Amino acid sequence: MPGEPTTETFRSGGTGRTRWQKIRKGRQLYLMLALPVLFVIVFNYVPMYGAQIAFKNYVVTKGIWGSEWVGFKHFHRFVNSYEYWRLIRNTLSISLYSLIAGFPFPILLALSLNYVRSLAFKKSVQMITYAPYFISVVVMVGIVFELLDPRKGIVNHVIQALGFEPVPFMAKAGLFQSIYVWSGVWQMVGFSCIIYLAALASIDPALHESAVIDGASKLRRMWHVDLPGIMPIAVILLIINMGHMLDVGYEKILLMQNSLNLRTSEVIDTYVYKVALNSPAMNYSYSTLIGLFKSVINLALLVLVNQVARKTRQASLW
Amino acid sequence: MDNRSIRDSGGDRWFTALNYIVLTLFLLSVLYPLIYVLSASFSSPDAIVSGRVWLWPVGFTLDGYKAVFHHKLIGSGFRNSLFYMTAGTTINVALTILAAYPMARKDLYGRHLFMFLFVFTTMFSGGLIPFYILVRDLGMLNTVWAMLLPGAVGVWNVVITRTYFQTSIPDEMLEAAQLDGCSDFTFVRKIVLPLSMPIIAVITLFYAVGHWNQYFSAFIFLKSQNLYPLQIVLREILIQNNINMDMLSTVVDVQSAAKREGLSNLLKYSLIVVATVPLMIVYPFVQKHFVKGVMIGSLKG
Repeated sequence: MPGEPTTETFRSGGTGRTRWQKIRKGRQLYLMLALPVLFVIVFNYVPMYGAQIAFKNYVVTKGIWGSEWVGFKHFHRFVNSYEYWRLIRNTLSISLYSLIAGFPFPILLALSLNYVRSLAFKKSVQMITYAPYFISVVVMVGIVFELLDPRKGIVNHVIQALGFEPVPFMAKAGLFQSIYVWSGVWQMVGFSCIIYLAALASIDPALHESAVIDGASKLRRMWHVDLPGIMPIAVILLIINMGHMLDVGYEKILLMQNSLNLRTSEVIDTYVYKVALNSPAMNYSYSTLIGLFKSVINLALLVLVNQVARKTRQASLW
Repeated sequence: MDNRSIRDSGGDRWFTALNYIVLTLFLLSVLYPLIYVLSASFSSPDAIVSGRVWLWPVGFTLDGYKAVFHHKLIGSGFRNSLFYMTAGTTINVALTILAAYPMARKDLYGRHLFMFLFVFTTMFSGGLIPFYILVRDLGMLNTVWAMLLPGAVGVWNVVITRTYFQTSIPDEMLEAAQLDGCSDFTFVRKIVLPLSMPIIAVITLFYAVGHWNQYFSAFIFLKSQNLYPLQIVLREILIQNNINMDMLSTVVDVQSAAKREGLSNLLKYSLIVVATVPLMIVYPFVQKHFVKGVMIGSLKG
């Protein structure tokens, strides 16, 4: 934060120091930073450099630098491909569905918990709703498969007991996105709730006191005090989510996919993986282009939403 | 907030009652699948298939667990995961502290630039394939290094650790130490680390859980079975339905096809429990640290 008084100005009495002196003074700090910075450069920035193969014809023997430039060839191939609209549609629909289903529940949970007086009850609700967060994605999908199994799963036992035909859930393309989204809500609601609870805890109690004196009911206090109190953090989370709009994840979808639900389950990420790493053609350049396309749109969305939030005087990331 | 002193009005009583009902329903809907999986893992295969299990174990048996512990890959997967978790977390925590402390220092020239260098990676990435090519070109494919080094610096953890250093280590302490001729390295070792145990606990947990549950990097980088972490073995069994029946026959008599199928189904429930229980046992003890970690993070995202 420029302008604020620092230990630096305190010790040097504010007299001008050259840049070089400042750097020399912090040499041990730079030494500490060296290793982590090296890691980030190697594992995050080198791949950004490598992303240039999106505009080349990558050949393993020639390497990233030596391969031939082909310009926007892969881009044209992608946007004109049969897969393009299906990928965009599935990715956006899963992403928006997750956002709409996933956003209100943690907020509701936090608002409710905030009005619970019994500490023991509050703690147990938190503890239990938080637990699924620790289940790995593989186990999570395993649980979903087991519970929804057409013959052995409890869900179909219930459906049959009610006199209906069993439903082959994982074979129905129309149900894939709902299963994906709602199992995600189940797993994440407790974890996502924590951040809102923290925001609620930081609301000035004087606001509540004066609301009570004015005769506001709990519902009104929730609406007029609590909700505005957590708005900034909700907006920040929304912005961050928008920045990952197209990242619906390699992991869970890839695990849940099968040939019967591919129509609604194939998304950009899974396609990127398949085109390069799970096909004999090993089309690295084409796959990289699709990945880059996604990253660029994500970044653009992040900047755009942040800009809108800043203009409307809500919270913003920078 | 403390409402204890205030008596509820009529409307608020309804509100409170409704609130408890909603929360209880919430609680049950999260809890029920967990209880069902746990109960099923102790039930007889027939009872699960015929739908007689709905809350408590029916026809109690430990066959599923016997099968899990006789499965060769599960044992080695468990050991490998334990190794990746310990070694990986050690590297993570060391690098995170080394990154966070200098950037917490207001007198570090260029700290905003460094911070940007880290944070930008959360907004933009080169993508999966350039990352894969890099790991391959570094010769890490099918080695333990592929599980430990890429992604060793978690930017989110760096940010919360830095925030913690900034807010809980007073500038006066640094000034006093510097007057006594204390170097930055000594200051970190003797003052910062002992004062930062809560945040170190938090990031250790975040990283450890991440390693234990990690499956995708193993999935794309590892080929040899003897390197497989538990999650890959779980994928074979739970998702691919790839169960070695010969191994099971040493546990229980599995002559008929129906019996085999029943046992492999039971094995899955037991396996889900075995793979998740280590974290579930540790987590109530560390829950308050996790909550603290998220709160620190929310101070300044």
